[in-house]
Amino acid sequence: MDDLHLLGPQLALLIGGGLIIIVDVLLPIAGREAYLQRRPLLSGLAILAAAGSAGWSLVLVLTDERGEAFDGMIAVDDFTLFFNFLFAGVAGVIVLASVDFLDRHRFQGEYLALILIAAAGMSLMAAGTDLIMIFIALELQAIALFALVGISKSASGSEATLKFLLLSAISTAITLYGMAYLFGLSGETSLDGIFEYVSNADENRSALVLAAVFLTAGLGFKMAVVPFQMWVPDVYEGAPTPITAFLSVASKAAGFAVVMRIFLAALGEGIVTTDWAYLFAAIAAVSMTVGNVLALVQGNIKRMLGYSSIAQAGTILIGLAAVAAEDPQLLLGTSSVVFFLGAYAFTNIGAFIAIIAISHKIGSDQIDDYAGVAKRSPLLALGLAACLFSLTGFPPTAGFIAKVYVFNAAVQADLVWLAIIGVINSVIAAYYYLRVVLNMFARDPETDDAFLPSPYLGAALAAAVVGLFAIGIYPTPLIEASESAARVFVFG
Amino acid sequence: MLTFAILFPLVGAVLIATLPKDQERSARVIAAITAVIVLGVVAYLFIDYDRGAGGYQFIDSTTWLDSDISDFDLNYAVGLDGLSLPLVLLTAFLGLVSVLISWRIELRPKEYFVWLLVLETSLLGVFSSLDLVLFFLFWEVELVPMFFLISIWGSGNRVYSAWKYVLYTFLGSAFMIVGILTLGFTAGTFDIRELAEFGSFDDAIIPAWSIFTLLSIAFLVKMPIVPFHTWLPDAHTDAPTAVSVMLAGVLLKMGGYGILRMSFSIMPEQASDANLVFAVIAAVSILYGAMMTLIQTDLKRLIAYSSVSHMGYVLLGASSIGLVGLTGAATQMVTHGLITGMLFALVGMVYDRAHTREIGELRGLATRMPFITAMMLVAGLASLGLPSLAGFAAEVTVFLGTFERHEALTIVGVIGVAFAAGYILWMIQRVFWGELDPKWAELTDATAWWERGPIIALTAAIIAIGVYPAWIMDLLRDGVAPIAERLA
Repeated sequence: MDDLHLLGPQLALLIGGGLIIIVDVLLPIAGREAYLQRRPLLSGLAILAAAGSAGWSLVLVLTDERGEAFDGMIAVDDFTLFFNFLFAGVAGVIVLASVDFLDRHRFQGEYLALILIAAAGMSLMAAGTDLIMIFIALELQAIALFALVGISKSASGSEATLKFLLLSAISTAITLYGMAYLFGLSGETSLDGIFEYVSNADENRSALVLAAVFLTAGLGFKMAVVPFQMWVPDVYEGAPTPITAFLSVASKAAGFAVVMRIFLAALGEGIVTTDWAYLFAAIAAVSMTVGNVLALVQGNIKRMLGYSSIAQAGTILIGLAAVAAEDPQLLLGTSSVVFFLGAYAFTNIGAFIAIIAISHKIGSDQIDDYAGVAKRSPLLALGLAACLFSLTGFPPTAGFIAKVYVFNAAVQADLVWLAIIGVINSVIAAYYYLRVVLNMFARDPETDDAFLPSPYLGAALAAAVVGLFAIGIYPTPLIEASESAARVFVFG
Repeated sequence: MLTFAILFPLVGAVLIATLPKDQERSARVIAAITAVIVLGVVAYLFIDYDRGAGGYQFIDSTTWLDSDISDFDLNYAVGLDGLSLPLVLLTAFLGLVSVLISWRIELRPKEYFVWLLVLETSLLGVFSSLDLVLFFLFWEVELVPMFFLISIWGSGNRVYSAWKYVLYTFLGSAFMIVGILTLGFTAGTFDIRELAEFGSFDDAIIPAWSIFTLLSIAFLVKMPIVPFHTWLPDAHTDAPTAVSVMLAGVLLKMGGYGILRMSFSIMPEQASDANLVFAVIAAVSILYGAMMTLIQTDLKRLIAYSSVSHMGYVLLGASSIGLVGLTGAATQMVTHGLITGMLFALVGMVYDRAHTREIGELRGLATRMPFITAMMLVAGLASLGLPSLAGFAAEVTVFLGTFERHEALTIVGVIGVAFAAGYILWMIQRVFWGELDPKWAELTDATAWWERGPIIALTAAIIAIGVYPAWIMDLLRDGVAPIAERLA
């Protein structure tokens, strides 16, 4: 029972998902009217499940319950709890943001259930402390995401799904290969066992490096870093926009969570630590540069955010590179990654919600068509501008603190060169983010028709914007949460 | 008290933002009241500052972010000393001026005044910050209102200019943050007071001179110094009048202030080593800016290039690394703020009436605009350094301080003054003197209180500093004295 209690946040999501499918089947399908009527019920159930999951995590925090469950398969620690909140929150907001989209959609029940199941998978990825558990969690979220990407059955959606499916399968195979190396060398699947082996190993260095490389390549797909980013632009463009937001925030965060779990808990000390740190540093530099330069030339705002999310992933990797470059126990790097993911979630989700609302009304995803949106819908334009300023890293937003925090980690880990590449990239990023702002504010619209977002989208956007300013002005709570999450990986 | 002054414009901004749509006219009233209150508080601080005691006063300090796993502790710490106090006063003063001369703004007045007030908060914050990260925060916040103000309310190629302005500054500040983080990591604190006492940064993870360079680039771009100056003519020309006033009057001073407060004060060794480099680029800026004014056909562009030239004196004074030169540099910042602010305000008034800034098209305006012409003459003479007006005191002090160390380059600077006399008088002659072009026969003079009031106040300030410079120079000298000591 204790095990189930610890697993509560994930169970809440899974049970919510199952319940939605059952209710969906039981309700009669009689005409469009009846169909529309069940949307609030199903969406409400999904939000309830997300809230239940977050609430359960809160209970675990308040009662100070931590521990391992299912014979060390998963661990519930501050790190897990941080990501439980993150994924439950993101899932809830994505459900809110999907309300308009579902209006025109047949597969409401499946859609909502899959979001919850994917969120549960991501949550388990962060919690898993055994390679087998991690692998199952990876697959759980991946399969749910395949279906979500292609759910609208459009031509571009189907192409995106196929691409996503094939590349994801390859990346999974590579990940598995890396895991197999670790298992082969240490004879253990639990991360503790592998850590035991790695920290005492003085031979087989090349095999360990190979394992690290394979894991980086396989999981790099989830984090969407160069050169494992090929799927990003097409999938981001082809998927329904709420799902794009889900991919860019939650799926990416889950990728980073699992990378931190494996690399810090299993490979955090020993002969290969500096090897993978430099690997991450190189990937970070390349990702930032490639992502930003390609984002510059995009005319479609979803593709632009896709490339920019590649660049952001590069920035986050700076923090991971900083973890081990100097000192394996330097917590600042880990903490900065966790913090950045939290801040980034608010910012990016806000941006996507604003885009859903705007594109829905103007009927286009082209940046040029955003001209004069500020005149037609001032609050919406301001909301999107706030998110874009935060992505650029202007104060007083969450993005500013996150940027300074990550670069600070880099400087303290003696990676000044990486910090300089990072800041130059932030200038490139300013160019394409601000281009959208300029289009909205400084140019005239073709028509003067005012429009408002639907109340659900408006509420979700308001929450995101309030969040990103709150973090920007008073970052202490999130910093403390990140620090205690990072402390999970202190050894010895 | 100081925190109140810094944050109060935000209160006004929020009030304006919540105005109902049909009450847009009240926006300017709220903005003016806010600016008056801020100026009142700052003026009180100016009088209340204990000159005998010196140092930082009115300090407000609290922990903003407390991190227990690293040296990443951020503090909200503000305070004023002899160097920052006059600049804060200048900001509050020009803040009010810019609200008043925008009185008749028609396009989206609510948003306009909101951004103007946000700009004022960020500028007050820059000059008051005692913590490097806080300084950087205000430094970056300033870009957002400027971006909107130029791109929406500007003229001509406004979008391009706004963009250029933001990207230049942003590139500079990108390097600055790396410099700041390295300093903070080496010294274990971001507090400017403690960093100034820290001593040598030779043990930092990167060579000390590279930290110095990272820090200084941002400030040189902002001042601006040739060859980083190309954003300035564009931004100035296309910005609305009030924003040009703030830009020339206050924003450029962020660069000069940063050089003195950060680069020179925290890393005096490197500053001393680099003094010749600074002197050379200062002289180049002075001459280049002065020569460029001669070929300008647009009034605002002409004054913009004269700004490049005049800000060169700030750097020239700093390059003397002595007390007199630094005092001159600091004084030049204040006087240039007043004089160039006034020039831009007047040019804006001409433009509002004639709808052109082409020098070739304007002629003989003196008969139609006696007030504007007279005031232009005062500001112009102050700008070229006529004794008894503000510019003279500052420039002479700069030359006195610098001559010992860089004889030849100081002479180059003096040649720049000769140029200034030429381009200013030539401009006044072409625009205001001569026979009136019949197409300008309908033009009117500046008669409204919101036009005359600020201009007369600016004139009063310029004369006050010109006739009795000690009231502000003594304060500035005490402010830069500790920096000069460290440099010695």
